[in-house]
Amino acid sequence: MIVQRLAGRLGLSERIFVAVVVALCVLVPLANLVFPPGSPFHVSNASVVLYGKWMTYALLALSLDLVWGYCGILSLGHGAFFALGGYAMGMYLMRSIGTRGVYGNAILPDFMVFLNWKELPYAWYFFDWFGYAMLMVMFVPGLLAFVLGWFAFRSRVTGVYLSIITQAVTFALQLSFFRNDMGFGGNNGLTDFKDLLGFPVQAQSTRAVLFALSALALLGGFAIAKAIVSSKLGLVLIAIRDAETRTRFLGYRVERFKLFVFVVSAVMAGIAGALYVPQVGIINPSEFSPANSIEAVIWVAVGGRGTLTGAALGAVLVNASKTWLTAALPTLWLFVLGALFILVTLFLPKGIVGTLGAWFADRRGKP
Amino acid sequence: MIGRKTTDALLYLDGVTVSFDGFRALNKLALLIAPGEMRAIVGPNGAGKTTMMDVITGKTRPDEGDVLFDGGEFDLTKLDEAAIAELGIGRKFQKPTVFESHTVEDNLRLALKAPRKVLPTLTARRNAEEKARIDELLATVKLDAQRRTPAGGLSHGQKQWLEIGMLLAQDPALLLVDEPVAGMTDAETFETAELLKRINRTHSVVVVEHDMAFVRELGVKVTVLHEGSVLAEGTIDQVSADERVVEVYLGR
Repeated sequence: MIVQRLAGRLGLSERIFVAVVVALCVLVPLANLVFPPGSPFHVSNASVVLYGKWMTYALLALSLDLVWGYCGILSLGHGAFFALGGYAMGMYLMRSIGTRGVYGNAILPDFMVFLNWKELPYAWYFFDWFGYAMLMVMFVPGLLAFVLGWFAFRSRVTGVYLSIITQAVTFALQLSFFRNDMGFGGNNGLTDFKDLLGFPVQAQSTRAVLFALSALALLGGFAIAKAIVSSKLGLVLIAIRDAETRTRFLGYRVERFKLFVFVVSAVMAGIAGALYVPQVGIINPSEFSPANSIEAVIWVAVGGRGTLTGAALGAVLVNASKTWLTAALPTLWLFVLGALFILVTLFLPKGIVGTLGAWFADRRGKP
Repeated sequence: MIGRKTTDALLYLDGVTVSFDGFRALNKLALLIAPGEMRAIVGPNGAGKTTMMDVITGKTRPDEGDVLFDGGEFDLTKLDEAAIAELGIGRKFQKPTVFESHTVEDNLRLALKAPRKVLPTLTARRNAEEKARIDELLATVKLDAQRRTPAGGLSHGQKQWLEIGMLLAQDPALLLVDEPVAGMTDAETFETAELLKRINRTHSVVVVEHDMAFVRELGVKVTVLHEGSVLAEGTIDQVSADERVVEVYLGR
């Protein structure tokens, strides 16, 4: 029933989006597993991983659009939630290596043995249990968002100040995760994963399934975000974005609405990170780097703020260009990214989807 | 100090002082608004009119003084904006502030009296009662035709009316209306006066305004503020005959 109600509210771009993601979810694994290499329909293993990564980036962008596009919270630290989700998944993957590590220790991951640690840190307890790890994938980013949001929104920290705080948080996390004492693998992070729920992570079929799961997660994230923004709460979020004081005088506790959407968004980003890690096979502190979070903002800006589908499209387009350009002209990428952001801000302030949407609406208005 | 029902007044201000960096925006201000009353507040720039609104709605905390609502039932100096709004004090700003990217209808929908908490808002659904109420409000503020227009596309006067409509949607016991006719044409000004008079049949209203013709049109008790306290109070004819008022307004 909810699905029907939701489906009825989808616009053209959203229907296309859902159709494309559903098609990819089925066709990419199929093309990879069924058609042999050499067939024109074959999708290579490397491509499956690449596309899977883009799906998780699209989910990250979607989560960012939910807070930025609809509630005006420009988070420059969404990469932190993504990375925390990724670390939680990485910790499960590390512990499921068991005795197959270089040092063959059943309890301690290799890096701990290397550091001469004797006991498992408390933070790593229970991570051998998949259910617990998945809970942490959502709980840890959610908790960070809750604590950060609780203080920031209550103190009415908004605009650029809030952006700076989120940026500082992700940078602080990067620095702490770099330290070996932190107990999360330091500089090298977590890697050398063997299997996920008993399925080898390197296997072609596991990767195909992970791709499909990432596409499904993107659809799920879209459904949740769409349900939120098309509810009355969505109206309140936009009201906060456009006239925060007015919203408060109408009797809405602005800080609670911001906190709600910020936590939902962080959890979504955490799930994206958790799906990202087994596909790329590593998580290290560079995922917390401020530049990553800023890149995510650019994806959303390019695709179109406050459109949801635009955020996902932007993530895929920018990353596809990145893949192509870093191979063709590696030194140029950062300049192109910067130029892209400036050009979009100047000439396409609504992003690709926003601009197309306005154009179609105009055409329909004038017969 | 706060007893229950210590006063008959709907709104009770006494000894309210607010200073900004040594500047006394309000200086021992005392004001009583009776239930059902409409009051016009006039005064030159810097007299403290907007600061007074800020104090009543919880945006500014007074340095000292009592601000009580509903017969002394509630101490407004202890509550935040959202809590005060929920008690039933609605505010219209000097500069019309509506939600520009929402349609006129959605603006009213957000303002309608309904649970303001996060989860009820998430699960709220449109219903017939809500629609009937919105229809009624649209008719009151004469914006039926603009129902689906984004509020950003309204004229200045229409925005003012929409904001008054949003105030009404909250069904507050007391409406604070800050300069409702600033920037309006004469015809619009006249209509606004009629609208406020209609609203006053069922609500208490405090109107802050510069426009003397408009205040005369309202035909209600007038309070003149000057340098953060009350200079004179009475009918428009009484206060405009007051020498001190003339001096303040026309300069020495």
